[in-house]
Amino acid sequence: MMRVRRLLMGIVFTALAAGAAPTFADELIMARVPTAFPEAMNALQEAIREQGYKLARVQRIDVGMSKLGYETAQYRVVFFGKPEQMERLPKRYPELIPFMPLKVTIFAELDETLLVTMNPATLATFFPDPALTDTFKAWEEDVYQIFARTRGD
Amino acid sequence: MACFSRVACGALLYISVSILPALAAPDGTELYKRHCAVCHGQDGNGGVGVPLALPSFLDSVSDDYLAKSIRIGRPGRVMPAFKRLSDAEVNAVVAHVRDWSKQPAPTYATTRIKGDTERGDKLYQQHCAACHGARGEGGQGTGVTMSRPRDLPIIAPAINNPGFLASATDAFIKATLMEGREGTPMYSFLKAGLTEQDIDDVVAFVRAFGDLPPDASASILEAESAVLVQESPYSVEETVANVKNAILGANFRLIRTQYLDQDFVAEGKANKKRVLVYACSFSFLNEALKVDPRIGLFLPCRITIAEHAGKTQVMIANPLRLSAMFNNAELNEMCKKMYGIYMAILEEATL
Repeated sequence: MMRVRRLLMGIVFTALAAGAAPTFADELIMARVPTAFPEAMNALQEAIREQGYKLARVQRIDVGMSKLGYETAQYRVVFFGKPEQMERLPKRYPELIPFMPLKVTIFAELDETLLVTMNPATLATFFPDPALTDTFKAWEEDVYQIFARTRGD
Repeated sequence: MACFSRVACGALLYISVSILPALAAPDGTELYKRHCAVCHGQDGNGGVGVPLALPSFLDSVSDDYLAKSIRIGRPGRVMPAFKRLSDAEVNAVVAHVRDWSKQPAPTYATTRIKGDTERGDKLYQQHCAACHGARGEGGQGTGVTMSRPRDLPIIAPAINNPGFLASATDAFIKATLMEGREGTPMYSFLKAGLTEQDIDDVVAFVRAFGDLPPDASASILEAESAVLVQESPYSVEETVANVKNAILGANFRLIRTQYLDQDFVAEGKANKKRVLVYACSFSFLNEALKVDPRIGLFLPCRITIAEHAGKTQVMIANPLRLSAMFNNAELNEMCKKMYGIYMAILEEATL
């Protein structure tokens, strides 16, 4: 255990006991889409493309679970990114790789659909390099736009 | 010309004084849609969160209670603290929620209610503990059932939660006990035969939760770093093989192995020194999804092997740090377990 080097890239969290604890609002971005899962999934993928990203992959978590006999609603993870950033950023910031590409979890709730992702702006607390801040902010705004489009706003 | 200028100036002044502030006013409907609807429902009918539009709820809570709940949240109980919203934005959200009611917002005195906490304890255990827990820790599930069937309109709130205690006045708690909450299991204590003094004693007991050490249901995990990193003495290829063996040794299934950029570049052009190994324990996943379906943030479990400056590194997003994002204390033990599994995999793969 002692051999593991934990990089102190983010803030050290203190005073996290209850009461004094900050909770991390806006570290997740979530959205409720007022359409059934298949329509929402299509809308999400289209919104990702319209926002200038390449859709990389869809992980069908529900299919894997169903094959093994677990009951689940429709549940997928959608990966996406920009090829230029996928090439450039890991060279200079290898510790960023575990958070690339971006991803959105999408799952059904009855006749509606929910979207969840980590707010990319949160990465600025992990990687305080000012050169990255604009990238993270742009990703955050893009995610909000993608979610708004998926909702049909 | 001078006349035209005066007209133009006048028009500009009119715009700046009367129209721009209106344009700049926060839109409570939009803010609600962006920040609240996912849990509370577009129309406030609830879901993971309280059904805000329920008349017996909305007509009994003050605007101050709603505003403080938005600001402070409920530590460890999913409802986050919206610290980045301005006061005007919080008030706009409250006004949007209040619009669902035909009644004016109630107000409550902020003075403490005196009562016998020992008597209150006995009454609480008799009338409240079955739903709210012996120490006010609330019902199981934190309401996070989202994609799964719900058999209750609301999960009993954690009334020992620091966020609740900071938002609710004694008078509000007393009013809730006296009136109950139609449409939920919360019944009227008066109608159940308790006296007003009994209710005061219960209020005093509930308020005293704030004097106790923090409950586990309100805890958020601590983490030193966002990423776990281990340097490997082996090549990328050898380390990938080691990681796969370690994953199987931990009783996880290998899902797939791919290069980081392979979905973004032409076939055969991917950087082979950046490898992602995806794995899953479906039984573990099934248990976690029952607690909080938002955990897709972790999915599938992923270990990254990358060469940088001639050295091979193994990296994993730290589940302890990610756990804090969910503000769900019921995930804490699972995240700790996942952290232990990841650490063991890192150790074994790089020995």
